[in-house]
Amino acid sequence: MPKFMLLLHDSPSQARRIAPGDMAKVLGEYRAWSEKLRAAGQYDDGNKLADDAGRIMRPGKDGGISVTDGPFAETKELLGGYYIVVAPDYDAAVEIARGSPHLKYGGRIEVRRVDFT
Amino acid sequence: MSESAPDLDRLFRQHAGRLVAWLGRVFGAGRLDLAEDVVQDALAEALRAWRWSGVPDRPEAWLAAVARNRAIDRLRREARGLPAPDADVAPPPDIVLPPPLADDTLRLMFVCGHPALGEPVQVTLMLKTVCSFSVEEIAAAFLARPTAIAQRLVRAKARIRALGLPFTVPEPPEMASRLAPVLRALYLLFDAGYRARGGDLLVRDALCEEALRLSELLAAEPRTATPEAHALAALVDLQHARRPARQAEDGTLLTLDRQDRSRWDQAMIARGFHHLEAARRGDRLSAYHLEAGIAAAHAAAPSFEATDWPAIVGWYDALMATAPSPVIAVNRAVAVAMRDGPAAGLALLRPLAADARLGGYTLFHAALGELERRDGRPDAAAAAFQAALALRPNEPERRLLEQRLAGCT
Repeated sequence: MPKFMLLLHDSPSQARRIAPGDMAKVLGEYRAWSEKLRAAGQYDDGNKLADDAGRIMRPGKDGGISVTDGPFAETKELLGGYYIVVAPDYDAAVEIARGSPHLKYGGRIEVRRVDFT
Repeated sequence: MSESAPDLDRLFRQHAGRLVAWLGRVFGAGRLDLAEDVVQDALAEALRAWRWSGVPDRPEAWLAAVARNRAIDRLRREARGLPAPDADVAPPPDIVLPPPLADDTLRLMFVCGHPALGEPVQVTLMLKTVCSFSVEEIAAAFLARPTAIAQRLVRAKARIRALGLPFTVPEPPEMASRLAPVLRALYLLFDAGYRARGGDLLVRDALCEEALRLSELLAAEPRTATPEAHALAALVDLQHARRPARQAEDGTLLTLDRQDRSRWDQAMIARGFHHLEAARRGDRLSAYHLEAGIAAAHAAAPSFEATDWPAIVGWYDALMATAPSPVIAVNRAVAVAMRDGPAAGLALLRPLAADARLGGYTLFHAALGELERRDGRPDAAAAAFQAALALRPNEPERRLLEQRLAGCT
């Protein structure tokens, strides 16, 4: 069965707009979604990525390798984490992602097929 | 991962309020918005992290540590006078914050009660800053429009900054004058919890328990244990004691007439009567005394049928004379209907439909529907139940209203 990577792009400023009184509900929706994936056998892996700038590595001018901090700004969108899900095709993977509360709360999801060939 | 939704609600709201109170003490009340800001940051970070990893073992400590680190970041940045990135400056000395204290919440409420602000503003600030209410929740508590509340908050914060209000607990003579808005805020906090708006929950236990805890603290502290404070504690105890009986097994809201009274919390009722006794020492009957009197009449009644409705109507009459509100008027009409029959209640209730503040108040429409039904007008009753349902009540209320509506056809 093919696998798909769901890249969850995230905006911290969006998360700040959720009222404390609604947070338990929002967290519950995320949990319910990931538990549903597990129960349906669609879950393969998933992790949060650290809220830091990361490192960008490039070939340097003199044949070396340059390592710089990634482009990170607190208020802008960042790649918050990823899921790997099992689905027969893009339509099914998109359907899985559609069920995530992430979109409702201002996030963006990128769906990419893992190419085994 | 084991935290249930009510536990989390408790954590996010109650603990957030305490963190703001704690940081407010550190930064000074002039910087309340900064304290609120870093706590909101910490909550947002928790939300983003916990949806992946689940809730950590000690979430309170997690939130406090993050809020603390954010606060230190902010203080350092300010100490440096917001330098350009990469500016070559010496790191500031280590900033050490004191640990959070439980009574910071009450402290901050008293700070928000500064007499320069006026009661509606004082109470609004307490609800927003200490009780983590959203603007919409405050608006519902005041039967006001969210835009008006948002403006009130902006003006209040500007005023606090302009006045440079110190973050100190006032001395006893001044404390007494600041107690009124604190009691009012606790009353609204309890009320918001007792009848949760929208959502799946009938009761937001986090709010009720915090109101219970804080009103007990006020009643136990000699400087604040006025008859009014005891009356509020009595009211909260006597109402919250009914909590275990207010929902059927399938989640439907159970009104007083359908509650199994053996499930009421007798220890809490006893505590309520104890506070009521202490509340009688004063020479003045506050609105809390009167509402506690009503709750006591229910608590003392062996059954719904045996309720002393004439006494309850008497308490409501007194409330309308001293602290009239459209909500009290609705409740009074229902009590009159119990004493004199549905037609008498309807005669009082129907004219209230003209009050715009009640248009969005679910219980008004629900009460109207119930009395119309009992007075033999199922069509009018159905219309009222539909109006109540259109206001998106919470799930237990919705179930009850659907049942009542189905009973009209």
